[in-house]
Amino acid sequence: MDLPQPLVRMENITKRFAGVTANSSIDFDVRPGEVHALLGENGAGKSTLMNILYGLYRPDEGTIFANGRKRVFFSPRDALAAGIGMVHQHFMLIQSQTVWENMILGLKDLPFIIPKKTIRERILELSSRYGLEVQPDASVWQLSIGEQQRVAILQMLFRQAKILILDEPTAVLIPQEAERLFETIRQMTAEGHGVVFISHKLDEVMKLSSRVTILRKGALVGTVETAETTKEELAEMMVGRKLLFRIDRPDLAPGRDVLACKCLTARGDRGFLAVKSVSLAVREREILGIAGVAGNGQQELCEALTGLRKAESGTVLVDGRDLTNASPKVFIDSGVHYIPADRRGTGMVPNMNVSENAILKRYWNRPVSKGWFIQWKEVFSFARDLIARFSVSTPSIDTPVRNLSGGNLQKLMLGRELSDSPRVLLAVHPTWGLDVSAAGFVREQLLCQRERGGAVLLVSEDLEELITMSDRLAVMCKGEIMGILDRPSEVPVEAIGLMMAGTPLEDLQREPLSS
Amino acid sequence: MEIIIPILTAAVRSGTPILYATLGEILTEKGGVLNLGLEGIMLLGAYSGFSVAYSTGSAWLGVVAAFLVGCLLGLLHAFICVSLKGNQVVAGLAMTMFGTGASSLLGRSLVGFTIPGLDRISVPLLGDIPLLGPVFFQHDAMLYCSYALVLFFCWYFSSTRPGLNLRAVGDNPRAADAMGIPVAKIRYIYTMVGAGIVALGGAYMSLAYTKMWGELMTAGRGWIAVALVIFAIWNPARAALGAYLFGGVEAFQLRLQTAGTTIPAPILMMLPYLMTVAVLLFISIRKGKGIVFGAPASLGLPFFREERD
Amino acid sequence: MRMTVRIEPRLSVPPGLKLLIPLLSLGAALFSGGIFLYFLGVSPLKAYSVILKSSLGDSYGISETIVKAIPLTMAAIAVMLSFTMLIWNIGAEGQIFMGAIATAATVRYFSVDSRPAMYLLMFLAAGAAGGVWGAIAGYFRAKWNVNEIITTLMLNYVAMNLLNYFVFGPWRDPSSLGFPMTAVFPDSARLPFLWGTRIHTGLFLALLLPLLFWGILRYTRWGYEIRVMGENPRAASFAGMSYLKNVVLVMFLSGAIAGIAGMGELAGLQGRLQHGFSGGYGYTAIIVAWLARLHPLAIVLVSFLMGILLVGGETLQIVMRLPLSSVMVLQGLILFFVLGGEFFRKFRIRIRFLKGAPTEPLREESQPWK
Repeated sequence: MDLPQPLVRMENITKRFAGVTANSSIDFDVRPGEVHALLGENGAGKSTLMNILYGLYRPDEGTIFANGRKRVFFSPRDALAAGIGMVHQHFMLIQSQTVWENMILGLKDLPFIIPKKTIRERILELSSRYGLEVQPDASVWQLSIGEQQRVAILQMLFRQAKILILDEPTAVLIPQEAERLFETIRQMTAEGHGVVFISHKLDEVMKLSSRVTILRKGALVGTVETAETTKEELAEMMVGRKLLFRIDRPDLAPGRDVLACKCLTARGDRGFLAVKSVSLAVREREILGIAGVAGNGQQELCEALTGLRKAESGTVLVDGRDLTNASPKVFIDSGVHYIPADRRGTGMVPNMNVSENAILKRYWNRPVSKGWFIQWKEVFSFARDLIARFSVSTPSIDTPVRNLSGGNLQKLMLGRELSDSPRVLLAVHPTWGLDVSAAGFVREQLLCQRERGGAVLLVSEDLEELITMSDRLAVMCKGEIMGILDRPSEVPVEAIGLMMAGTPLEDLQREPLSS
Repeated sequence: MEIIIPILTAAVRSGTPILYATLGEILTEKGGVLNLGLEGIMLLGAYSGFSVAYSTGSAWLGVVAAFLVGCLLGLLHAFICVSLKGNQVVAGLAMTMFGTGASSLLGRSLVGFTIPGLDRISVPLLGDIPLLGPVFFQHDAMLYCSYALVLFFCWYFSSTRPGLNLRAVGDNPRAADAMGIPVAKIRYIYTMVGAGIVALGGAYMSLAYTKMWGELMTAGRGWIAVALVIFAIWNPARAALGAYLFGGVEAFQLRLQTAGTTIPAPILMMLPYLMTVAVLLFISIRKGKGIVFGAPASLGLPFFREERD
Repeated sequence: MRMTVRIEPRLSVPPGLKLLIPLLSLGAALFSGGIFLYFLGVSPLKAYSVILKSSLGDSYGISETIVKAIPLTMAAIAVMLSFTMLIWNIGAEGQIFMGAIATAATVRYFSVDSRPAMYLLMFLAAGAAGGVWGAIAGYFRAKWNVNEIITTLMLNYVAMNLLNYFVFGPWRDPSSLGFPMTAVFPDSARLPFLWGTRIHTGLFLALLLPLLFWGILRYTRWGYEIRVMGENPRAASFAGMSYLKNVVLVMFLSGAIAGIAGMGELAGLQGRLQHGFSGGYGYTAIIVAWLARLHPLAIVLVSFLMGILLVGGETLQIVMRLPLSSVMVLQGLILFFVLGGEFFRKFRIRIRFLKGAPTEPLREESQPWK
């Protein structure tokens, strides 16, 4: 077979972060017109490798060749100049600026005075060519996540990137939107662009890519032609053993309502209604999942359910008691515990040590404190007990938690929230960014809480996780509940996708999916 | 009318140093760097402007000197805040102390002298308009420059490529970096130029307003300017409004004092400071109710690329 | 071979560096201050030796240094408390003024003839006045998110003018020959001097407060809350702590301590209220607190060091005709260098030699957009 010259080639790339080897001698290349999938677990070093290619990190060892010439990228500016563009998982967009302003950020050969009209025309031309619908004059913060992703991709096409790196692009999309994205990607490869598709979802990789490179724990496992491999083979290469994840979820009869809300309405940080008249209830021995694209009010709902956000109207009931707009402490004392999505920013105090963080939610209780005083001896033994029970690996209980890895941080938080045997646990993206074993541990603990007789409200963007874990699944879109599915595993994924996109369940039941 | 025109005229004149300082700080903060050392920079600007003007006889050389000294101080601030990632609040306080101390130490031999300062030039045609003419167009050239600067800034931020990049750096340095904008370089440049413009505010005081040098002569104007940046929600035109408002309070207060009122001078002298608190309170309460954009989202935070989550 | 220089965040700070960095920062500040003096035509060596001799050379010098360290320690504790919670109280100076004004008012209007009663009254008045002055800024910050740096600073100017109003106006002592000062306080309102020096009993307060707050921050629930709130306000609300309430409380306490420092200065040292009596303790306290890395016990030591500089500065004024502002230059420089030193605590610089010839980067290639 006559292989075309690769657009870019990385050889022997090694990158170490203070103490951790994120990439060790990895080879990678991208050819024109192909989708090259980069597959691996969270923390396998996929993003690091691509950030090196994009000039954000500098490799400790190894070389990059672009268009056959050896290059050193000191910053993304150099990578962009070499035709390499990257769309990060957290889009690199300026929220307060408009779409067209974002489009021209950092462009060098633009005239001093911005030719707004030409730019708008160019954006519209590109967006119709690739099916990436945007409004040039909208401000980015007004856009949905899906729209923001289109802007981020256009941003790279605008500066004529020949190689496009997409970091987990489907994680934030509903299935239908993902399908549209694949169309765009196919259009790009048809024009000779090379696309790097970072993912840990095997189905997507099999469907879209022509080659797959698998990373595991920072090392290269291999590069294979997609046509010559199977999903199972890829899974084994990715995880190193046969099993992906298996859930042992015994059937339990749900009990009384533990946490319930009626017509709950709350505002988001920007002052708009983020939660609109939501009514739901989580029962004992039950996991209620909440599906939805990020930013559709899930976070605000959880905050309103834990006293962290003011409810504009509606009621919040815990074990039948009206706790609407009670202080967070009252919620904690009533057994409502919460694992926020933003672990370092909200759930932990990064500069304080493990033991100080371990008592964050119980420092007013005996025996950890007595009267006005903290009993440090008790704190230490509590912390030691916690890290042992939840197998948190940390050098000591005096280590600042900012030095813990994501998985250990999450285990510590989970342990802290579960150590009180809470009535209900709200967990937002609890497995996000964790490797398979840590994620498995977290899932086991959530199921444990369910079997113990507690309730769990699980918010996630990972539909597969939600469907396997939840007893019931509520779908949220634009702050409203589109419907609550009783047996989510028996509902077609497309239907859930439609609900995530804003179709209420009743409408779906009236006209069942034709397929 | 006879009473109002002189007060308004004085308002514009005494508002101009604050306006320069506010504009300089807006420029710095747009890039995400907080410089609280305005008081010190203004004092050193006032001193260096005056001393150069005094020894060379040219007020404009004084203006240039003040700008350069300001840039140098901005360089120091940028080095600590951008390269060394030091705490920007404390760096600003250090700058205030250093500037206050250094200016009075260096300027002790200049106390008591006066200079002719900048000439008063009436703008042809515009200066003859009743009311507006005397209030806005019968001043010195440096004051006219501040009008131009306000207009220039408004245009620069909204319509030019570097202005766009500057805002991007202030709002989201990580994203700006990923788009190939040199974050550190931009922060350096605008912190320096911003501090230079702040120093011009000081120079205006010694070269045009009082035409002499005095220890601590800025009397808190630097801090008032910091407050005005918030009042102006980082908008240069609103900054002008705020600066003249403060100039007006000061002019009014001085007028009352010279008119021989029974209100004791120290009580009158509290006015600008109380007013600052009031203005800040007003804008903050309003901000709590509606949404006001303009604050650079990463203001005061250092940027470090290889930090991993 | 090519060399790469990289900056990496440190996971932990080696113990040696913890001591070395502040010392080096101080040394570098004194060195560059010396250069500054040299260009002014002053011999830095002579200036520094004057400073050391006058402050540590004899028992009088040492006692004077302690006299300066007393209000400084108290003000620094005040500042430290708010900084721990990441609330920037820059208003210690104004709170000192308010405490002093309240002390003078107590002496003027509520004078009683019993020492303990008078002490208690002055203590409460000064604490309340300083506390309210701080709490105003705290309340605005908590309720409407008003920038407390500016509020506290503006209130400094207001307090200064208020003090001027009283000493130039209604409270001026008719027998003061026109100087802006009040009459001398009666004996019952004076704190006794110790050991025949000008060190007054405020010393005990200056030693007690750091200990007290060290204990509070370390061993009490409230101290734990304050530290959590300072490190991460969002985690604090998440854990059910009331951030807003504590902002007001901490600002009140911070102001109260500063106000009491003002009382000590008046009742202990000066015996009357006069124009410009504080000499910038409230601002110097910020440097002290930062240099001590907000550690209450370290504040005592750093205050003493800063006292050396203040006493030395006053002597320089007399001996070498250097204005008092030269001390401020040094203070500013110290703060700059301490800030710079922080960098080496947080990051380490790794210089490595890599094999292979340097590659010429292809940079600044145009990015076409049309």
